[in-house]
Amino acid sequence: MRQVIIIGSGPAGYTAAIYAARASLSPLLIASSVEAGGELMKTTEVENFPGFPDGVMGPELMMKMQEQAEKFGTEVVLDDVVSLDLSGDVKKVTLGNGDVHEALTVIYATGSAYRKLGIADETRLSGYGVSWCATCDGFFFRQKTVAVVGGGDSAMEEATFLTKFADKVYVIHRSDKLRASKIMQDRALANPKIEFVFNKVVERIYGEDLVTGIGLRDTVDASESTIDLSGLFVAIGNDPRVHLVHGQLELTDDGTIAVDGRSSRTSLPGVFAAGDVLDVTYRQAVTAAGSGTVAALDVEHYLASLPLHALAAATV
Amino acid sequence: MSHALDVTDETFQDLVLSSDKTILVDFWAEWCGPCRAVSPILDQIGAEHADKIQIVKLNVDDNPQTAAKYQITSIPAMKVYRGGEVVKTVIGAKPKGALEADLAEFLA
Repeated sequence: MRQVIIIGSGPAGYTAAIYAARASLSPLLIASSVEAGGELMKTTEVENFPGFPDGVMGPELMMKMQEQAEKFGTEVVLDDVVSLDLSGDVKKVTLGNGDVHEALTVIYATGSAYRKLGIADETRLSGYGVSWCATCDGFFFRQKTVAVVGGGDSAMEEATFLTKFADKVYVIHRSDKLRASKIMQDRALANPKIEFVFNKVVERIYGEDLVTGIGLRDTVDASESTIDLSGLFVAIGNDPRVHLVHGQLELTDDGTIAVDGRSSRTSLPGVFAAGDVLDVTYRQAVTAAGSGTVAALDVEHYLASLPLHALAAATV
Repeated sequence: MSHALDVTDETFQDLVLSSDKTILVDFWAEWCGPCRAVSPILDQIGAEHADKIQIVKLNVDDNPQTAAKYQITSIPAMKVYRGGEVVKTVIGAKPKGALEADLAEFLA
């Protein structure tokens, strides 16, 4: 049995692992099979992580975090958690390969998943013109027309990135006010290939085998219009990944895991949460990393409060 | 690094379309993080079912004709070919169990 298992391999998970490993807790980190490294694996240049004045590529930053966690004794497993039993004093974590790991504490740092538009044909045409990852799929839209849906930083980043390939990039936003930071807005607004389409929502996606266009509705006067295009990139936000803990941990109205004040303590003793699974507001690599630190320190404090015979059961 | 055979625009006809085997082509690129994640999983599936299916890789940067012909708009894209025809398409990196389920009819 372990002292702590960390679920998730984004900035929150790896930072928690660095702190826990340096505290000699020999953490086991379950990184996922195909999403290891988390959301930053799908980004390019990260310009706002402190300590990198020339920027750093998202995947490189995550590889360095993993290296740093492993250096101090974190064991990283590239598999997916399929079920969790958090109720007892001993937490049980079951992986895709059938292995069951036990620990006195769990740090849950699974991040968030892309939100879908929730309209007809979105799933059917996913991978055939509908995408949630411009850095993955933008390459295939050379000299084509595409649209990005959303008004936040990730929508601005995707739109700006897509102008490397596409001839024309529409940014479709449901209001006339962007949520994106000023620097990201200004960059997108100044780009001659980007055209903003305000006060519209996407209601239809057209296309048999590949996307050929979209249908829009105006949020002010309800008028309808269409745009012919080949690619639709959805960047309308994220939802916390809480499916593994449904019914076990208390959630907030936002769908995030409920924690006690500014701590990482969830509704169950020995279970801690960190990163975007707690936070629908800030969602930055550096805030997630800070949150991972809080969780590791809370785990240390919790373990120190356990009776000696309970601690003795943790042999790793 | 993957052990899978690399196919190209030049060799696609001979090695994939004219083959009498069931062939899975993994359309990938260096810059694609999810492709790197799924590559070792495909290696495992190929090794465990070597008598049923052959896994090959096509780099979309170096082989744009084939990628365009098969209308690839998202990678990793995994297409299964039999007798020169696409009989199955799987898009996106998935855990091993999910990929095996998608490909079950070709692995049994």
